[in-house]
Amino acid sequence: MKKYAIEFKNVYFSYGKTEVLKEVTFALEQGDFLGIIGPNGGGKTTLLKLMLGLLRPDKGQILVLGEEPLKARHKVGYVPQSMDFNLGFPISAMEVVLMGRLGASRIGRRYSEEDKQKARRALERVGMWEYRHMPVGSLSGGQRQKVFIARALATEPKILFLDEPTASVDPDFQTDLYDFLKELNAEATIVVITHDIGVVSSYMKSIACVNKHLIFHEAGKITQEMLEMAYQCPVDLVAHGLPHRVLPTHGKK
Amino acid sequence: MWEALQFEFMRNALLAGILVSIVCGILGTLIVVNRIVFISGGIAHASFGGIGLAFYIGMSPALGAAIFALAVSMVMGIASVKNKERADTVIGVMWAIGMALGIILIELTPGYNADVMSYLFGSILTVPKSDIWYMLSLDILVFFVVFFFYKEFIAMSYDEEFAFVMGIPVRLLYFVLLAMISLSVVMIIRVVGLILVIALLTIPPYIAEKYTTSLAKTMVLSSLLGMLFTTAGLWFSYNYNIASGATIIMVGGVAFFISLALDAFGGKAEAKSSI
Repeated sequence: MKKYAIEFKNVYFSYGKTEVLKEVTFALEQGDFLGIIGPNGGGKTTLLKLMLGLLRPDKGQILVLGEEPLKARHKVGYVPQSMDFNLGFPISAMEVVLMGRLGASRIGRRYSEEDKQKARRALERVGMWEYRHMPVGSLSGGQRQKVFIARALATEPKILFLDEPTASVDPDFQTDLYDFLKELNAEATIVVITHDIGVVSSYMKSIACVNKHLIFHEAGKITQEMLEMAYQCPVDLVAHGLPHRVLPTHGKK
Repeated sequence: MWEALQFEFMRNALLAGILVSIVCGILGTLIVVNRIVFISGGIAHASFGGIGLAFYIGMSPALGAAIFALAVSMVMGIASVKNKERADTVIGVMWAIGMALGIILIELTPGYNADVMSYLFGSILTVPKSDIWYMLSLDILVFFVVFFFYKEFIAMSYDEEFAFVMGIPVRLLYFVLLAMISLSVVMIIRVVGLILVIALLTIPPYIAEKYTTSLAKTMVLSSLLGMLFTTAGLWFSYNYNIASGATIIMVGGVAFFISLALDAFGGKAEAKSSI
């Protein structure tokens, strides 16, 4: 049987009585670069949390690298949406990145030399090694973002998940970030939640649009079907001034 | 104060203050960064029910409080995990019920003669030798638990979700932390009383956090600040003959406001980047 990076089979999820995801089925190949789009509250972050094992589906099956999400935890890297939490926390950039080694190192032990070397390489890769002793809370939004990406890289992930990675950084960094992710894609499957459809069309290999249901498109095209299902998608598009690049003319409502 | 050290009760008091400051420095730091101040206050107050129960059935109040606090902390922990949105209400209710239970049981105890005030506001001057040993063992226990699981505690405190994704048993660690808090609360009650426990747990880390760059350093500085507060408080209390528990907290409170004032003058940013 072929081992997909991520496989959803008829997955349902609800918070209490509010149904969030319904009949979600798709399979993502290893080495893919998936962009997840959809309206706010459409279930994007929920989808991500299901993949990470932070939430469990009500119904259906989820496989990550052929295993249950909880078992595949150490093989994935995760960059959370908000970087602005715990700013007063006394912790250095290096210590944050070392957390990426938690899955590999044993509980109740110190971090090994190897862990430190890998954390160092991850920091160097995002260009933040010289900031390693700085308290994370004193870094700028973009710098903090890089530290969190380094933390995910330190895991040496087979799949890298990013939840709206450009939400809190300036536009220049945005392009750099996606170029960087494209480079990383050579060694890892990448899954990005994003609002930016312009970026989606130029970097992603496949696209999933989530609004309770999920439409998966392997060729990386945003289809009319996606837009009609998630009506708010084209709103983002127009806002970015790129309507004709990825969009056919608006269908009839 | 030096001449006071010839008295055993004074030596015990000083020692108790130092030992309690260590546990407060370590656990208080974790309490502050995990934002579980309210639940810690709840455990401290509800443990009064255990003191009452111990009097009623005739066992050691410290032991009664310890067992009761442990049980209460687990229930509060479950409430905070299962019912996040109303956890503070559940904790608040148990906080009040625990205290009410304590008062009622103490009143019902025949031949009652316990000094309720000493449990509410502490009585560091009457700490017996046996309590010193208990405090020392608890210091050692807490130190080693936090020492061995230091990186896991940091990960849980800083980013619980990420720690979970990394396979850290964050739930288990959380309950271990609550258990350590409930056992420690019992001995902190000896020094400052259950009403004032929260101050000794939170003021030192709140100040220390601003001048340190790692959690371990915060813990060390908090412990030192705690020692300063308890020792200075004891000195004021002895010289001016005022209640020791309240005096210790007032010393901490003054330090708290001084640190706030320093923040206002930009001391915080400078202090942190220069280390």
